[in-house]
Parts: sequence; C-alpha cells; structure tokens
Amino acid sequence: MRRFSPLAVLVLLAGFAAAAVVFALAAGSVPVRMPAVWNAMTGDATDTASAVVRELRWPRAMAAFAVGGLLAVAGALMQVLLRNPLADPYVLGLSGGAACGALGAMLIGATALVTPAAFGGAIVSSMLVFGLARGDGAWSATRLLLTGVVVAAGWGALIMLLLATAPEAQVRGMLFWLIGDLASSTHGGIALATLVVLLLLTLPLARDATLLARGDVTAASLGVPVRPLTIALHGLAALATAIAVTVAGSVGFVGLVVPHAVRLLIGNDQRWLVPASALAGGALLVFADTLARTIIAPAQLPVGVLTALAGVPVFLWLLRRSG
Amino acid sequence: MSAGLLSVRGLALTVPGRTLCSDVAFDANAGECWVLVGPNGAGKTTLLSTLAGLRAPAAGTITVRGENLRTIAPRARALALGLLPQDTVDAFPATAFEIALAGRHPHVPRWQPESASDHASAHAALAAVGMSDTAMRNVQTLSGGERRRVALAMLLAQDPLVLLLDEPTNHLDIAHEVRALDLLARMARDQGKVVIMALHDLALAARYATHAILLGCERVEAGPAMNLLTAERLSALYGQPLVAVPHPRGTAFLPA
Repeated sequence: MRRFSPLAVLVLLAGFAAAAVVFALAAGSVPVRMPAVWNAMTGDATDTASAVVRELRWPRAMAAFAVGGLLAVAGALMQVLLRNPLADPYVLGLSGGAACGALGAMLIGATALVTPAAFGGAIVSSMLVFGLARGDGAWSATRLLLTGVVVAAGWGALIMLLLATAPEAQVRGMLFWLIGDLASSTHGGIALATLVVLLLLTLPLARDATLLARGDVTAASLGVPVRPLTIALHGLAALATAIAVTVAGSVGFVGLVVPHAVRLLIGNDQRWLVPASALAGGALLVFADTLARTIIAPAQLPVGVLTALAGVPVFLWLLRRSG
Repeated sequence: MSAGLLSVRGLALTVPGRTLCSDVAFDANAGECWVLVGPNGAGKTTLLSTLAGLRAPAAGTITVRGENLRTIAPRARALALGLLPQDTVDAFPATAFEIALAGRHPHVPRWQPESASDHASAHAALAAVGMSDTAMRNVQTLSGGERRRVALAMLLAQDPLVLLLDEPTNHLDIAHEVRALDLLARMARDQGKVVIMALHDLALAARYATHAILLGCERVEAGPAMNLLTAERLSALYGQPLVAVPHPRGTAFLPA
C-alpha cells in the first residue's frame, strides 16, 4: 500500500491553501495583479482594488477556508464514528438540522439565537444517528443511506414548512440556507476561531479516535473510553457543522470528499487525517468559491452548487466500491 | 484458596431476559492455558468480554493482580488484559503493520508518538503470526484467515498479562490453527501469560488446555483440563453423545 509522509502532505496542503487564498484575492470581476494584492494586504493603499481585496475578498476567503475546514473535520469524525467512509454531515442530515434550526430562529426574529438553534438542529440529527447505531460493527451503506435520506427528508419538510409560512420578502434570503453560499457570509472570523478550537479539542483524542474505527470492542480492550469519546466526537462534529451552516448554509459533500482523498494519501491515522483534512477542506472550498463567483461573472453561483456537482459522482463511486 | 493472577468470585452473567450463569469462581495463574467450551449461545463471548472488563457482571467480582476490574483505570486494564474479539472491523484501508502497531496503544503515552521499540514490537508480532511479508499490504485485500492473523498480531503487540481470545482459530486453516495455538501455549508456558480462549474444536481444546471452563446452560465448571475434558462431561455439556479417541498428542472427541 502506497503511503506518503504525513508531514510532507501536511506541508503541501498548507501550500495549496495559501495558493487558493492568493487566487481568491486576485481573481474576480475586478482582476487584481499580484503586486497589487500584496500592497492591499500589507500596505494601506486606499484605491478601489485594494478595498475590494481587503474588505470583500479576504473576509470571504477566510469564511470559505473556515467552513471547508470545519466540514472536512466533521466528515472525518463522522466516518470514524460510523465506521463508514460514506458518512458526512450533509448526507446524514446534520446540515439539514442546522439549517432548519437557523431558519426557525431567523423567522421568529431571534438573530442572536441563530447559532445555538443551528447547533440544536445538528445535535438532534446526531442523536438520531447515535441512537440508531447499535452493536460493534461498521454501519452498512444501506443503513447509513436510509438513515440519512429519512432524516434529511424530515428536515427538508420542516424547512419547506418554514419557507411556506415566511413573509415573501424574507424567502429569497432564506433560500441560501438550502444550498451553501458564501456571498453574504459574515462571521468568517468566528468560524476560523471555531476551526482552531475544534482542532485543539480533537487532536488530543485523535489516537483514541483512530482505534474507534476498528470497532468498539477492540477500542475498549485497548483502553479507549469508548462511550465518553463517542459522545465527545459526536458533539464536536455537530458543533463544526452548526458553525459551518450558520456561516455558509448547507454546503454539501466537502466532508465526504476531502477526508476520503486525504486518507488515500496518508491512511486513517486521525492524528494526521484531522489536521490534513482541515487544510485540504479549507483550500478546496476557497478554490471552489472563487470559481463559483468568477465562472459566470459578473453573476455568482452559490458554492454549494459546485461542491454538490463535484461531490455526487464521488459519492456514487464510493458507494459502488463499498458494495 | 489464594487469589490468582486473574481471580473470579461469585460471578453471574445475565443478558436481557435470561441468566447465562451464576456463581462462577476460578483462579487463573501465570503459565496456564484455559479453554472455554460450551454450546452455542451459552455465553462464551459474554464471559470473555466480562473478563476483559468491557461489561459489568450482574454479580461477583473479577480481580487482576489483586485489582478490581470495576475500579481499574482503562489504560492499566489494557496493560493487564487484552481481548481478541470473534469478529474484527476493517472499515478503512490500513496496513497490517498499522493494525499491529495500534495494539501498542496502552503502552504509548498520550502526548507521544509510537517509539522505535513499539515499532519493533509490532514487527515482532507480525513475524510471530507469519505475516511479515504482508506487513505493508492493505488488510482489506487479505483473506479472512490472514486478517485473523493480523488481529492476533495486534493482541500480541498489546502484550497483556492475560490474553482472552474468542475463537482465535476462526478462518484459519489447520496448519495455521496449530501454529497459532502452539504460539499461545508457548507464551503461557515461557512468558508466564494467562491464556483464556473459547474454542469449538474439542480435539484442539484437549491438546492445548491445562485448564478448562465448561460453560453449560445449567451449570459452569472450571478446573484442570484432565478432570473436565472427558467424553462423559462433554457429552452432557453438549447434549450429544461423544466418544474419546486417544491419539499420541491428546484426545479427539467424535460424535458417538
């Protein structure tokens, strides 16, 4: 089995992430050349291009990086918890729950409650998944997909109910929660801070989490406190999903594609997989979002359209391989 | 009686709706190879996972080196007791070496990576089960018997005092059955380990057991193998008449 040095892959991914951010700052309806990007970020140039780079593109790139990283880490954790590489916060309805919670809070005008409500929605989904898990074995693809489809359908119905009862003027803004979009995202800083905290909380548990992938019995007999660890990881995955959804709506498939690709390179050791997924997920979403806002410029695509179009074939390919 | 390395007193096991056994008591000491036999559904797996400290008994106490399993810290427990489950999960690609190395988990301090000696233990464990050549292969591409040997290597790398094995010879061909059980018997004899394993093959049980546990639906007997692994007791245990056929290295039991 071919393996690459995890450290080298991590360095490479950091390079990709930096390149994606530079691309995001330079590309757009107002192309900005490299030296100007550099001046905008380091100097205090006051021209329009600098303002675009500093005040529009930089925050948006940070939000994209944070959301991509959060979703990729959430996906990596869910895959270990369910012992199935098809698991992902979007497929299993965590994103749907978070979107539903956030929409509900917005509809009653409680803006301060948007994030807690999103977390509540994601937690309800995780508890359903956790409650349906039984025994030691890996989740079969059938069980995982059926759970995901049903949970997601439930949230979809609730979201439709909310949209149907929402005032006309609000509906367009609310639709963005259904498919991820970074165009109006704020709170990139909070998302980035959450990503850092998430990594700090997850990495000490990473070696134990790797063993969890080998079954509860094996993990427990090696001294892993299985139940507290499972609950903690479900909570962290739900938190990551909730923050990502609050910032960017339901961006799909990042949590599925990224950990899988990283795993092909460095294996399933969560000590490396989690930080590498964070970097790769961040880089991917920054890149995808830049494409989404330039591909049919001056019009902008929601980034969730691109991730879904790329993610669905990968998901089907994985499903075919998992038999 | 004095407490052994692994000491069981007044143990009762229940599963929802039924009592599997009660008042089980035995002492297993260094160098002993215990074989657990009994009909399907008698509770062999439940007993092994209870002995491994993974589930609480309905009653009774289990101590390992004098420490109660209920209060022992998980890491200390994993250094004392290791379990080879009946089935293992290989949901993600991993090399045989990575799996063997994972067995070192309780030996590796939380904030440190595995040391060179952990790597050496993992390699030695793979060599002991004849899997050195496949160390870098993805286990998902290995046969059932080869995966079983990798799982056994993981337990060997864990290197606990008490090795609990749930049908270790599952999926193994007859040559690897004998090799694996020879290895376990040697570890008991030469390294002072306690081996406790559930086996279905009574000829292998009789060949390797120094002690036996007969887990029946009504009663449980534990003691030296020569007293317990007899045609009479085994016939009663399984409700199937058996005859003992002597051979140079033990006794085979065949349906009468």
